[in-house]
Amino acid sequence: MTVGIVMLVHTALNRAEEVARHWTRGGCPVVIHVDRIVPKPAFDAFVESLSDCPSILFSRRHRCEWGTWGLVAASQDAAELMLNRFEEVRHVYLASGACLPLRPVEELVEYLAMRPRTDFIESATTADVPWTVGGLDHERFTMYFPFSWRKHRYLFDRFVEFQRQIGFRRRVPKGLVPHMGSQWWCLTRQTLSAILQDPDRPKYDRYFRRVWIPDESYFQTLSRLYSTNIESRSLTLSKFDFQGKPHIFYDDHLQLLRRSDCFVARKIWPHAGRLYDAFLSEPNGTTSRQEPNPGKIDRIFAKAVDRRTRGRAGLYMQSRFPNLGWENGVTAGKYSVFQGFSELFQDFESWLARATGAQVHGHLFGPERAEFAGGQSVLNGALSDNAALRDYNPKAFLTNLLWNTRGERQCFQYGPHDNPKVLWDMSRDPNAQISVISGAWAVPLFKSNANFADIRTEAAALQKIENSMLDTLRSPDVKARIRIWSMAEFIEAPMEPLQVIIDEIGQKSLRRLAEAPRLEDLAGFGQFLQNLKNQGMHPYLMGDFPVDPGPRAAQSQRRKPYLVKH
Amino acid sequence: MGAWQSYRLRLRRRRWRIRAFRKRRDLRPVANRTADIRPGDILLFSTQRNEGVRLPWFLKYYREMGVNHFFFVDNDSADGSLDYLARQPDVSVWTTRASYKRARFGVDWLNWLSMKYAHGHWILTVDPDELFLYPFCDTRPLRALTDWLDASSIKSFSAMLLDMYPKGRLDQQPYSAGQDPLEIASWFDAGNYTISRNGQLGNLWIQGGPRARVFFADDPAKAPALNKIPLVKWDRRYAYVSSTHNLLPRGLNQVYDEWGGEKASGILLHTKFLSTFAEKAEEELTRKQHYGASREYTAYAEAVRDNPDLWCKWSEKYINWRQLEILGLMSKGNWA
Repeated sequence: MTVGIVMLVHTALNRAEEVARHWTRGGCPVVIHVDRIVPKPAFDAFVESLSDCPSILFSRRHRCEWGTWGLVAASQDAAELMLNRFEEVRHVYLASGACLPLRPVEELVEYLAMRPRTDFIESATTADVPWTVGGLDHERFTMYFPFSWRKHRYLFDRFVEFQRQIGFRRRVPKGLVPHMGSQWWCLTRQTLSAILQDPDRPKYDRYFRRVWIPDESYFQTLSRLYSTNIESRSLTLSKFDFQGKPHIFYDDHLQLLRRSDCFVARKIWPHAGRLYDAFLSEPNGTTSRQEPNPGKIDRIFAKAVDRRTRGRAGLYMQSRFPNLGWENGVTAGKYSVFQGFSELFQDFESWLARATGAQVHGHLFGPERAEFAGGQSVLNGALSDNAALRDYNPKAFLTNLLWNTRGERQCFQYGPHDNPKVLWDMSRDPNAQISVISGAWAVPLFKSNANFADIRTEAAALQKIENSMLDTLRSPDVKARIRIWSMAEFIEAPMEPLQVIIDEIGQKSLRRLAEAPRLEDLAGFGQFLQNLKNQGMHPYLMGDFPVDPGPRAAQSQRRKPYLVKH
Repeated sequence: MGAWQSYRLRLRRRRWRIRAFRKRRDLRPVANRTADIRPGDILLFSTQRNEGVRLPWFLKYYREMGVNHFFFVDNDSADGSLDYLARQPDVSVWTTRASYKRARFGVDWLNWLSMKYAHGHWILTVDPDELFLYPFCDTRPLRALTDWLDASSIKSFSAMLLDMYPKGRLDQQPYSAGQDPLEIASWFDAGNYTISRNGQLGNLWIQGGPRARVFFADDPAKAPALNKIPLVKWDRRYAYVSSTHNLLPRGLNQVYDEWGGEKASGILLHTKFLSTFAEKAEEELTRKQHYGASREYTAYAEAVRDNPDLWCKWSEKYINWRQLEILGLMSKGNWA
């Protein structure tokens, strides 16, 4: 008993010849179907070149356009020829010209000999498979498809829509339950002959002739009628990309294919000489009885599909430039933005770096330059601190920074002095953690030595800017993690919010903070605000501060960096 | 896009094609071996002027990649490079003394040659200082890529220009003919590129890299464009618009995914910054034949006189295409 190979061939005839000879060397008869688009001279030369092999036959030629009946007709004719002419064949294996046997032919023969009643055909009901092209699953069995999907896509789509609208449904012949699956099967003589000799075959053929992509459903459906033992998987390793087009194997897949232990793989690039040499050479004697194990290949191709459809989060580049809202992650990593903290605390940045282990920058969007951590003028990825370069495209600056430093948590300061354009982008980025102490910009003014008239103007401008910033952060479509305190509220109990922020950054162990940043001395700040009010400028973003240096101010004066017990 | 705009772009494409047709008279054939071209051959198109020192490596690089035939337009070279090209068995070369600028920086000439000879072929349009990289280029020939693109019904392939530079002054390590330029110019900027979209033609506009960082820091808007689409399954109705930055019809510029995914793309390693650069910059400055009133070269010439060290602490040293893939400069897309 042996295995008969049916080969459907349309290009790369020289490779098909090599593979056919390989099969016959292993004792498997071969029936080749050559597509009718192959010109007569080329076909004749091909037949001639294989005329020395008595166990290679050629079946009647059909035109096999993708997704049409021709492929099924070709398989039927070739299978009939195989069953009639080669008595000793028990299993028939359908392969294409771009298929390559990966294991010695004897192993396949033996494997099938041990499973004499098993039909290997991937066959699933339409409801259960996700991999349909064009979104048509059960509809491919209940509609007409007179227009080519490849050549007349527009008409194809319109006609499908039309049939949907008028609620048109073809009747599926009685007794059939539509199944689909890979077109590369391996069926027993019993099942295959039952399909081919069924008295109802003309009826079934008539029906499937009008089904879309019948080569993925004809044998898959009919074998369910006759087979006693279906293994719903294909022995041919064949992976599909997101468009339903088979992945192609090249020379560099050699080791991967070897380790897969699959019997046959498709599709092989015709110029992949190393693959053909390696797998068509004589076997070296050691036979393995391993089950096929395509896991690793599956993962690689699944990753490729994922890269093509979802891409790498936070990456903007020449072949990935997502529309707004389609980024799958606006930026590459989580980051924290602090507004008002370095104004209110004397050593906030170094404290934050110690407490979290993150990279802490100054005002990245500051007016002079991008204040990178450690005073660097260039950062990862050769990102320059030049303000003009940065402000040319602030969003790209931000996404570049986070892409370049992925794997390391980034924190930076922000405020009403800084480039405001980037705030909207940050506010709709779920990776951003934005913490604002509103009104803290007044502290440097309070400490400054400027004339009061200038201070007043400056304060008015900053308050206006920060107010509009807060509006942005409070708009309904923000996706960032946003916390806003007024300054008065914050200094009431600064450690609590700090602890929450640090915990959320979550870099270091979840210990309580041992050390607090040092608060600026705010004695007289209430009076300062009152002076601004007296000048007609009402600072409201910082909350209520009593005018007289009351008990709270006195307390904060005495306060040392305080410790919290573990 | 409305019908009116579509119609205007069609007119524009026709204008470029007519212009290319008129500019054919600039070109005088020196060696025409186009009869050797077989169907399915991969063709390369390039203009060159006094690039003799680069050509040996250039030809070797692309022959090994699998380019079958080279087309050169020689713009009045004086260094013997024309004779050198004419002697190569797989090169067809034309020469001209006409203005590079008035041929829209060579685009008209190459549009004409590709219109005439490249219909139905995959063509790669690169400058002599550009080395093309694509995913798996170390294990798969260029034909593997074009076959895959054909099978995926993709007609154009993007490859961003990546400026390569040496560590230290540009004139420190002299470049000699036949040498791999990447031995000297082996550094690049990995992550400082900015992208915006060209609304009319649909292509991306990419700027950045060392040229923006060093030469155009004060006026980034004027920094040179780095987006390129050098590999196209050519049809005689196509036309390059501005260098190989974009083409018409504009569907060919859709080399990027807008819904979050990544399309496959490559890189053009730009080895302009070698020891030959300072001389070239001076010459181009006097010829005034380059894009945007040669302002690029004005900027160079000034900076080059000072201290042309483009290297910085965060420069990345080139290893292979996989490195560039990981850095997000190019992508395998769904080619695996």
